[in-house]
Amino acid sequence: MKNNSLTLWRIIRTGAINFSRNLSLVAAAMAVMVVTLTIILFSVIASVTFDNTIRQISNKIDISVYLGDSVTTQQVNGLVGRLRLLPNVKSVSYISQDQALAEYKAENASNKTLLTAISETNNPLPASIQIQPIDINKIQGIKNFLDKPQYLALQDPQAGTSYSGDRKAAIDQIAHATNIIREAGIIAVVVFAMISVLIIFNTIRMAIFNRRDEIGIMSLLGASPAYIRGPFVVESMIYGIISALVSVLIIDVLFAGSASALKASSLGLLDIGYADSFFKSHFWLLLVLELMVGILIGTASSVIATKRYLKIKPTK
Amino acid sequence: MILLDRVTKIYNRRLTALDRVTLHIEPKEFVIVVGQSGAGKTTLLRLLTREEKQTSGKIIVGGIDYDKLKENDIPLLRRKIGVVFQDFKLLPNKNVFENVAFALEIVGVSNREIQNTVPKVLDIVNLKGKEKSLPLTLSGGERQRVAIARAIVRQPKILIADEPTGNLDLKHAWDIIKVLEKINRFGTTVLLTTHNQEIVNKLKRRVVTIENGKITSDRKNAEYKL
Repeated sequence: MKNNSLTLWRIIRTGAINFSRNLSLVAAAMAVMVVTLTIILFSVIASVTFDNTIRQISNKIDISVYLGDSVTTQQVNGLVGRLRLLPNVKSVSYISQDQALAEYKAENASNKTLLTAISETNNPLPASIQIQPIDINKIQGIKNFLDKPQYLALQDPQAGTSYSGDRKAAIDQIAHATNIIREAGIIAVVVFAMISVLIIFNTIRMAIFNRRDEIGIMSLLGASPAYIRGPFVVESMIYGIISALVSVLIIDVLFAGSASALKASSLGLLDIGYADSFFKSHFWLLLVLELMVGILIGTASSVIATKRYLKIKPTK
Repeated sequence: MILLDRVTKIYNRRLTALDRVTLHIEPKEFVIVVGQSGAGKTTLLRLLTREEKQTSGKIIVGGIDYDKLKENDIPLLRRKIGVVFQDFKLLPNKNVFENVAFALEIVGVSNREIQNTVPKVLDIVNLKGKEKSLPLTLSGGERQRVAIARAIVRQPKILIADEPTGNLDLKHAWDIIKVLEKINRFGTTVLLTTHNQEIVNKLKRRVVTIENGKITSDRKNAEYKL
């Protein structure tokens, strides 16, 4: 057992030395690996962020039932009570005419002319009931309930009921765009992973070619194939580890930099503020993920390369 | 110790390097193989280290039948045989000490034992004080002795030396031969190839002559004859 750990230590040491001697050759392999890992990390964070954005917008969707002026408090309470019993309803709240006016004034506090116009007339805003559905895609049940004649009578015939149709359309669009971005991300990850495997594969092959005399001598002295192959695998694991660290650093700088440079919390659809906080709160998990992917790519390509080019068979 | 039974080696289906060679070497023997360049000496040694496979015939070394040898067993076989190569085959990036230590490292010998053993072996081949030198800064004779030190450091039962005196003047060549004789006295079977007539005549050992891939003579206490 002691013997094995000694051998393992020697393999790792040799791999590290070879890595430092090969730096110029290694640069290309690592550059591609960094790009691959950065794309992977970015895709993961973007995907989580888009999900969050959709969830947040969905939360803002509610159904507004505008009530006629003649509706009594008793009728309102009855309707609210019944609505609360519906299966797809998360919450129901009543907004009186006065509350609606107060909110409206608060929203338009800077617009003096509008405020003056409002205060000169009687309160034109109807009272309303705000219903927040659990699932925005299944609001038909609520709609059917509200369309019953006895409840339809309570509603303001002019304002009607808003099912947030336009906002739902926007959400669908965002969800659609998110899916496209996610698919593009997966394709990019696969393509770049393949390219980096190929380049690392070639780097190792060149390293084997450069050291073929040394490898021949090792083999003649009775070194086992694993002992000869080991350092090459260790070397490409080091590519993976360094590339993972660099890609995490790039993402960190990218979010921190763009958030402060743009002085904005979102870039197009991407909510940078959320992405940054997700990245920071899941830093170690993401780092481990990146290290694992980097080591996996490095190991896989070097194992294939050494299997192919390190034959220790006697010539026939 | 070494048994070759009608061993034939044909390269590319055309060139016959060895033709039905039968040779039996006892443990602790010192055998010199002579023959001109291209006679088949090196091919014989490459078959013994399993760098090459015989086309036909049987090879048994130290009880190991080469026909039954699996690919995974080749490293184990090579660890049992010490080889001094014609072209030294030293690792250019490693110094003298590291080159010798390397043979021990790859078989998992502990660092302490390496620190213990390597200086002793370098002493045997008269390379004390050259531990830190790189192979390129050494003379031909010194490199040859590094190669010998590396071959004997694992105390193999069999030592194969392919033209170890090849490019050396007589004085240095004789130093090398003395080292080989010393190792042989410790109980290692030595197989030496050379075409240095004076050395063969002085040694008075068993001499096997190969010509055109065939053994043409095999005499005890012999002198050089072609």
